[in-house]
Amino acid sequence: MALHKVLGSETEYGIVVRGDPGFNPAVASSLVVNSYPGKRVKVQWSYEEETPGRDARGFGHDTYGLIDPEGAVVNSVLANGARLYVDHAHPEYSAPETYEPLEAALYDKAGERVMNAAARIATETSGKRVSLYKNNSDGKGNSYGAHENYLLSRETPFGEVIRYAMTFLVTRQIFTGAGKVGRENDRPAVDFQITQRADFFEEEVGLETTLKRPIINTRDEPHGDPSKYRRLHVIIGDANMSEPQNFLKLGTTALLLAALEDGALPDPLDLFDPVEACWQVSHDLSLHRPIELDGGGTATAIELQGRYLEWLSKYVEKELDDPVWERVIEEWERTLTLLDSDPAKLSDTLDWVAKKRLLEGYVARDDLEWSASKLRALDVQYHDVDPEKGLYNRLVAKGRMRRLFTDEEIDAAVTTPPDRTRAYFRGRCVSKFSDSLVAANWDSLVFDVGESHLKRVPMMEPLRGDADRVGDLLDDAEDAADLLRRLGG
Amino acid sequence: MSDRERSRSKDKADEVRDDQSEAKVDTEADVEEIDDLLDEIDEVLEENAEEFVKNYVQKGGE
Repeated sequence: MALHKVLGSETEYGIVVRGDPGFNPAVASSLVVNSYPGKRVKVQWSYEEETPGRDARGFGHDTYGLIDPEGAVVNSVLANGARLYVDHAHPEYSAPETYEPLEAALYDKAGERVMNAAARIATETSGKRVSLYKNNSDGKGNSYGAHENYLLSRETPFGEVIRYAMTFLVTRQIFTGAGKVGRENDRPAVDFQITQRADFFEEEVGLETTLKRPIINTRDEPHGDPSKYRRLHVIIGDANMSEPQNFLKLGTTALLLAALEDGALPDPLDLFDPVEACWQVSHDLSLHRPIELDGGGTATAIELQGRYLEWLSKYVEKELDDPVWERVIEEWERTLTLLDSDPAKLSDTLDWVAKKRLLEGYVARDDLEWSASKLRALDVQYHDVDPEKGLYNRLVAKGRMRRLFTDEEIDAAVTTPPDRTRAYFRGRCVSKFSDSLVAANWDSLVFDVGESHLKRVPMMEPLRGDADRVGDLLDDAEDAADLLRRLGG
Repeated sequence: MSDRERSRSKDKADEVRDDQSEAKVDTEADVEEIDDLLDEIDEVLEENAEEFVKNYVQKGGE
């Protein structure tokens, strides 16, 4: 059986301080992270187990010396098991590890509320309005990431991941895009395109995330037992505001990887030039441009996604019991069908369609050129996490976006961890033993219980530390010292 | 998409159109509503779009 697809997202938010165009983004991001009013523990993030320079293809270089020291200072772990910190020039929310894609989409959405709460306090303390945007580009050639993470078995040959995921990741853009006015990075001029990120991808496979971005990122940093696990670090997605869209993005990708590990896929469909296809798919608002295949012939992105859908529907039917996967298939089928026949009908489901519809409304009503500043401002403002200012949030308030979660469910996900992964243990420890928690990483927590040595609790198994295994123990423990005794340490 | 898949998908699209629980999507009668929506959004729009866009610069990250 395929390894269970534990998954999660990490999002860097765009930041602006009003009335202060010369603001220092690292300082402003630190202010935001420090301002978060919810339950959390400010910790020293331990980089001991982090090796972003290790390459899944087997070679690599040490990047310890390159880690921004500021990233190590402003760091916290939240009661929902997430990490909130400053990544260079952006506040970043890394969602807790989740058991399935619906939960992953919920905890990603919770991140917007965390950021909004932090921005509000930052605004109060600084006296200047601090705004945060869940997008991926400033329209001036700077892109920042929304990354997805999927647990893989160490036994899965990385070459197989490259073969199967390449075409999938390039073509899934038709339903993962958040929409963008114009082009960047010297790609051909367009009024509007499907994704924020496509223009920035210049390599098929590689280790980088900030320059010469690769479609398949080879960072080999499992955040778990390295002899058993890999983590596929997907960097080609857009940050999504839409709940069903995020669910679809995470769900289809997790499914593909599970089927790959189960050997349930026929030969992959290779693109002749994935890098060229990447921006071409994003620029093709007709959605029917033929893409050249390796070995001759062409197919559209919708057709290629249709093939994956066909394979994975059969896989779900045969192999998977959890109804969440059937829901992924239904959402996927609906989306591809409407993209093929009438994409405007997805204005309640896909960010790029919703945004395009709004912008076209303005173009028509105000007789605007697509180069108008107003449209670029609207593009950015779609992603504002403020419920009053954000245009996505305004559409939600008008009942114009399909939801998967209630506001109460999202609020609960801000304060309580998912209960089927080790994030449960991390989040509960933040809530209950915050005074003793001094350092953290994805795969460990370090406690100071007043003894001569700090005590480190390793969490090398992503599916342990869940509510079934440690719920009672956490309920019963009186303090951190008692917890450690009960854990046998 | 295979023909079988496509016809399955078409059925699905019909179901989708019939599903009243879906959020609202554009119909012919919607034009006025879109204008209302834009009017509402006008009230929250950043005041000086040109200045806002000029100052929206995001360096570093990932």
